[in-house]
Amino acid sequence: MAAYEYETHNYDVVVVGAGGAGLRATLGMAEQGLRTACVTKVFPTRSHTVAAQGGIAASLSNMGPDNWQWHMYDTVKGSDWLGDTDAMEYLARSAPAAVYELEHYGVPFSRTEEGKIYQRPFGGHTTEFGEGPPVQRTCAAADRTGHAILHTLYGQSLKQKAEFYIEYFAIDLIMSEDGQCQGVVCWKLDDGTMHVFNAKMVVLATGGYGRAYFSATSAHTCTGDGGGMVARAGLALQDMEFVQFHPTGIYGSGCLITEGARGEGGYLTNSEGERFMERYAPTYKDLASRDVVSRCMTIEIREGRGVGEHGDHIHLNLSHLPKEALAERLPGISESARIFAGVDVTKEPIPVLPTVHYNMGGIPTNYWGEALNPTADDPDAIVPGLMAVGEAGCASVHGANRLGSNSLIDLVVFGRAAAIRAGEVVDPEAPNPVLNQASVDKAFERFDSLRYAKGNIATAELRLELQKTMQADAAVFRTDKTLAEGVERVKAVAAKMDDVHVTDRSLIWNSDLMETLELTNLMPNALATIVGAEARKESRGAHAHEDYPDRDDAEWRKHSIMHVEGNQVDLTFRPVHLDPLTKHEDGGIDLKKIAPKKRVY
Amino acid sequence: MVQLTLPKNSRITTGKTWPKPEGATNLRTFKIYRWDPDTGENPRVDTYFLDMDKCGPMVLDALIKIKNEIDPTLTFRRSCREGICGSCAMNIDGHNTLACIFGLDEIKKSVVSIYPLPHMPVVKDLIPDLTHFYAQHASIMPWLETKTNRPAKEWRQSIEDRKKLDGLYECVMCASCSTSCPSYWWNGDRYLGPAALLHAYRWIIDSRDEATGERLDGLEDPFKLYRCHTIMNCTRTCPKGLNPAKAIAEIKKMMVERAV
Ligand SMILES: Cc1cc2nc3c(=O)[nH]c(=O)nc-3n(C[C@H](O)[C@H](O)[C@H](O)COP(=O)(O)OP(=O)(O)OC[C@H]3O[C@@H](n4cnc5c(N)ncnc54)[C@H](O)[C@@H]3O)c2cc1C
Ligand code: SF4
Ligand code: FES
Repeated sequence: MAAYEYETHNYDVVVVGAGGAGLRATLGMAEQGLRTACVTKVFPTRSHTVAAQGGIAASLSNMGPDNWQWHMYDTVKGSDWLGDTDAMEYLARSAPAAVYELEHYGVPFSRTEEGKIYQRPFGGHTTEFGEGPPVQRTCAAADRTGHAILHTLYGQSLKQKAEFYIEYFAIDLIMSEDGQCQGVVCWKLDDGTMHVFNAKMVVLATGGYGRAYFSATSAHTCTGDGGGMVARAGLALQDMEFVQFHPTGIYGSGCLITEGARGEGGYLTNSEGERFMERYAPTYKDLASRDVVSRCMTIEIREGRGVGEHGDHIHLNLSHLPKEALAERLPGISESARIFAGVDVTKEPIPVLPTVHYNMGGIPTNYWGEALNPTADDPDAIVPGLMAVGEAGCASVHGANRLGSNSLIDLVVFGRAAAIRAGEVVDPEAPNPVLNQASVDKAFERFDSLRYAKGNIATAELRLELQKTMQADAAVFRTDKTLAEGVERVKAVAAKMDDVHVTDRSLIWNSDLMETLELTNLMPNALATIVGAEARKESRGAHAHEDYPDRDDAEWRKHSIMHVEGNQVDLTFRPVHLDPLTKHEDGGIDLKKIAPKKRVY
Repeated sequence: MVQLTLPKNSRITTGKTWPKPEGATNLRTFKIYRWDPDTGENPRVDTYFLDMDKCGPMVLDALIKIKNEIDPTLTFRRSCREGICGSCAMNIDGHNTLACIFGLDEIKKSVVSIYPLPHMPVVKDLIPDLTHFYAQHASIMPWLETKTNRPAKEWRQSIEDRKKLDGLYECVMCASCSTSCPSYWWNGDRYLGPAALLHAYRWIIDSRDEATGERLDGLEDPFKLYRCHTIMNCTRTCPKGLNPAKAIAEIKKMMVERAV
């Protein structure tokens, strides 16, 4: 192996990722007086959070009555009773303050007549514990909310003089022999140098792994690098079988049309021009939860009522909405529909299809963002020195299905929570850990062996094979047969990683090598997803199993825990947290309100 | 004095012509700028051929197809593939624009030429070094400055005041505008350029901001603002349809108004 020289950087905290979660965590860490570095493979404002459209959920009551308990109820129900109750309470209760904080940072929210933050309806968000009409809870900056929030958070980090390491690619975690995380090994793309970050706390905020699939709304950079690093460190992933399909990805390109389009009055139709959601979800219709709408669309297509030449997609209609409303509230998607579908939304429907969108699963954490490595004795065992926030983590507030606009709020609420916790557990006066050299060397060995990989399959070819397999076998509807075959097929694809071929051997901005490193991260994420799906013999949230169409709380109200080693996945389980943070008599939610029941919209 | 000879290794040479895909009937030629910092060789222009029947509609689709199927060493930035992250700005057919939302059918010439954003240091192939561009953005204080005590809830802002931010806050920091501006080419070390000035105006005009005076003071300088000669390339090229030239004109107007 070539010897790699490297520079060592000592910090109290290193945050990997500069999306909404990473930036909010970085800001908070600095506020706590901790020396913090933020490492990111793309310039902060190019992180995937920038693409979020519809908005961020918080019960501000700007448009009508709302309160945190209703938000919590909707989140519990949305999660199909797999979310952790303490974390969901924390989310719903902290949401309004988090949104006001964003506004004070300068986010250009759309406004009401009174000058307050404008809020729109979104799927699954209701009043009166699901008994009342839909609520307007999703705070929006037109349909560019993620862009508005990410740019503002970046500006705020500049104001607070955050220390960024931009276009640094994190390769692997540094772990001590006794399982403490000590830092991260990184590769600086623009000059090809190597960097070791030694930190008392590492925070993974690396986003999701949508690119494990062929058709996804996610950016090319959503390759689950945090999950990959954690899997290689022998640590756990959780609930990976739950992959959200968004009902309205543009047919062909996969670019997203926000649920806000339906929130503003858009609706879906089949080839007969029927508003079919009225049939499946009589109360909330097109604003039922995402998993539900995606399944109904898939059924319509399967039963021969799809639109288009091949009858393989559905129409989203917006042309009945006033032109001014489209221009003011949905300008971004009007532009996307024109560019990617050649459609003028004021005149024609948009061709759409359920498209992979969000990963509910991820690195298990408690509601303070501390990473867990559950054991039989202690299902909540903490990994010292490691946290995870944002889509990379699994707190779990989204359970088996995330509600729209609950991710952006998750980023800022738990980014902040992680910082508060780090303020308690990290001692700025204490010396930095003595790095485990064997762990550092292992990262360089892996890097070097991929750099010189001279097998028979190009990275792009193997990635495509993985994506096609996942698309076919870990889809909206799943059966015992497709999943069992899927497990074998994904394992076979993963085995080919040893035969990969890298052409570019340079070190400066070697994107061939970077994509290969990313592929080694997609693999364990994909393996955990398909194995978890095969094992779960029930239907819950986004996991729709045709052989077991019902939810089975007695047997399956539990988190799946995956340890991935090579092509093998070791699957265990961990109980769901059933207790909220606050008792009913102290002002908390009435447990009767959130007792499991059948999930109808 | 102006130096008229270009540095030795900046002369662009003819590069490699890659083989045509087999059995293709609808071929299109791509000429793409390449520079490999490791070899120390001059930049070159490589020629690739793609079967348009098997290629997606956007320039980025073509680049990805070349990288995936012909030449994995071709290097460019990309992420969102929907025109919102600002990563993939480059010079395509003579225009600075975003490759992911620039349709191949918009290019009338049969040959598609692709270069990095002009007049920026190149890191590799189509990747410019944007460090200075980012530092200029940071210098305009891109955050809300308030002096009054923060309210318990949101700052109020009327719908009309919020409208003033439209056409400004949507900037994706792609640098297409600044790198299309001759003033920026020659004085980019001191002239802030259209993107940073558009951001400056976005905060000046925000009704919640209470630092307008300081912000204008910061721009009161013969170079930072006044090197804009209203050439308008910025507005013509902006792939998001924004109008940085107008934002700059508004700042100049405010400067005049506060002087009297
Ligand atoms: C099109 C679209 C629209 C959406 N709209 C909404 C919405 O309206 N409301 C809502 O609530 N949610 C929405 N979501 C979901 C939400 O946007 C994402 O879940 C969320 O933005 C993820 O944020 P994050 O901070 O966890 O990660 P990201 O924003 O994905 O950021 C990941 C960061 O990690 C860095 N990184 C990754 N790997 C490495 C590595 N190896 N080394 C160094 N750095 C690394 C990246 O550079 C980046 O900075 C949407 C998602 C999509 C796809
Ligand atoms: S103003 Fe337009 S061209 Fe300039 S950086 Fe912003 S989006 Fe790019
Ligand atoms: S890839 Fe994001 S703007 Fe082109």
